[in-house]
Amino acid sequence: MNAPRSFESGVLTDERPGAVKPPEDLWKKHKGGLVIVECPQRIPCNPCNTSCPSGSIVPFSDINDVPQVDYAKCTGCALCVAKCPGLACFVADLTFGDRTALMKLPYEMLPVPAKGDQVACLGRTGETVCEGSVENVTEPLRDRTRVIHVSVPADKVNDIRAIRVV
Amino acid sequence: MREFKPDVLVVGGGPAGLSAAAEAAGAGADVLIAEGDLHLGGQLVKQSHKFFGSKDEFAGTRGFEIARILREEIAQYGDRVSTMLNTTVSGYYPDEKLVTAMIGEEEYVHISPQRIVLASGAQERLIPFPNNDLPGVYGAGAVQTLMNVYGVVPGKRVLMVGAGNIGLIVSYQLLQAGVEVAAILEAMPRIGGYWVHAAKVRRLGVPILLRHSIVRALGDSVVTGAMICELDEKFSPTGEAWKVDCDTICLAVGLTPSNELLWQAGCKMKYVPFLCGHVPFRDKNMRTSNADIWMAGDVCGIEEASAAMIEGRIAGMSAAASLGFKVSSDNFEQYQTRLGNLRAGEVGEKIRLGVSDVMVDGWEASA
Amino acid sequence: MDLINSHPVLDFSHGRKVSFSFDGRDMEGFEGEPIAVALHANGVRVYRNTPEMKRPRGFFCAIGKCSSCFMVVDGVPNVRTCVTPLVRGMKVETQNGRGTVSLLEGEVS
Repeated sequence: MNAPRSFESGVLTDERPGAVKPPEDLWKKHKGGLVIVECPQRIPCNPCNTSCPSGSIVPFSDINDVPQVDYAKCTGCALCVAKCPGLACFVADLTFGDRTALMKLPYEMLPVPAKGDQVACLGRTGETVCEGSVENVTEPLRDRTRVIHVSVPADKVNDIRAIRVV
Repeated sequence: MREFKPDVLVVGGGPAGLSAAAEAAGAGADVLIAEGDLHLGGQLVKQSHKFFGSKDEFAGTRGFEIARILREEIAQYGDRVSTMLNTTVSGYYPDEKLVTAMIGEEEYVHISPQRIVLASGAQERLIPFPNNDLPGVYGAGAVQTLMNVYGVVPGKRVLMVGAGNIGLIVSYQLLQAGVEVAAILEAMPRIGGYWVHAAKVRRLGVPILLRHSIVRALGDSVVTGAMICELDEKFSPTGEAWKVDCDTICLAVGLTPSNELLWQAGCKMKYVPFLCGHVPFRDKNMRTSNADIWMAGDVCGIEEASAAMIEGRIAGMSAAASLGFKVSSDNFEQYQTRLGNLRAGEVGEKIRLGVSDVMVDGWEASA
Repeated sequence: MDLINSHPVLDFSHGRKVSFSFDGRDMEGFEGEPIAVALHANGVRVYRNTPEMKRPRGFFCAIGKCSSCFMVVDGVPNVRTCVTPLVRGMKVETQNGRGTVSLLEGEVS
């Protein structure tokens, strides 16, 4: 069954306000990673901002604003990854390895993978982009939204948005 | 026959009703909550996803947790709030200001409240297609009840009809329960729910077929599949229909207010498409044209639970104030502001337009 | 029973397991949970057959509003099984048509 890969069905296809990526220069050298946000629709929601301990998600003047990121302040802590009700925040650390990056992805499915597991890394339409290796599993807010730390080929960080335990 | 005489009767123990009960009891009123289900919380108890909105509406907290928080809030008022579960409020007699209700399938009771807050919620819409009455064709709320409240597997492979927030969220919840989602069908050329909810299911491999609809359910005594097809610009089937294997067809094609009691009470009503049905006129206190009746939540227009909870606060507070209980005008203003903020954006536009259609400045004293 | 054994977010706490019968077959369910839910967990999908067209009907709205799940429970027809709690020893039967009520002599004036 083929589904159109269209923005109107929930697949990010192009650049828009609320779909925020770090600037390349800073991203390449920032240890701990930086946040990627894919929240391109104005909806009444602000937990990314209120959960951010470093103030890098810019305060909203209207609760319907799409998120904006002050990358000078982002630490890649991934609290927003755990808090966002839309699972629209992701962190990628490009300093993790030579050609590997560490992604911190939200996960609310079963089974929960363990450190060392190989998992399938999925793209925005669920296609398998590559394999990844689980480096850590955290539950920052103790609310069963896990953050899976997975090492992946560095050139795939713009394509990977979920994992599947295989 | 048992009779009850609360200061405030709250019809419906969902997010709106519990908020109204908390506010009225907090002001000092004796409150009776009549709830049709076997537990309080309404649709909140079925919601395993985290809510949107701001901290004031428990953003980032899962729906069933919000239900627990509201139940704890009313529990602190002790005997001032009593609850009747499995209770269907069946009638309102304006002349006697009498409410009739049925507890379970057998016991009828009379309730003579001073004030009523109607928070009876909504019911699901159905769409016509052959075999839509076959066992296995379920409302989305029913699927949620089975799997999220009672932990029962609803089916092996589900076809979801409708990509509004409910269709998208229930699809995600089905995946969490280990159930396969064959596809989500949406007649419109775009999803109706939040984009991020769609992105969550898309990245787990669930197709969303825009401009598609169900043609018929297949099966003799239970669902064994569905025929689906593409729609043209006029929503007419185009091309050849094709078969999807599934044992469950989940309908998430919208809700309409459960407004029967408002009609019975003679409240001034209007059909407002943006609010998804006939809804009562109201003032900013959520009072209807019947001076004894307030309302809150989906019964006054289909919206999110976050808005329902604020409306409940306003209605409960205002109903208590009308009985002479002291309430905080600061809180009242704050609730109005929060409600305005929630509706301020593009996704709130239809609600704003709909509400403005039935909002009155205030009711005549004689009304 | 067809239950969700593990869930990433939810914990399920069931009541006491009790036995009941469906069309003469012994089944198990959880006390206090809706009859319709217990039947679904036991794989039962058809709850009644309609009066005119004899069409099968089952679970549908789960909030006591649609009448799809009407069944005969302990001899009483038209019971909304989606909101009626299961009690140990209940006799649940498929409802055919409108159901009949047996009135005892002297009950009708």
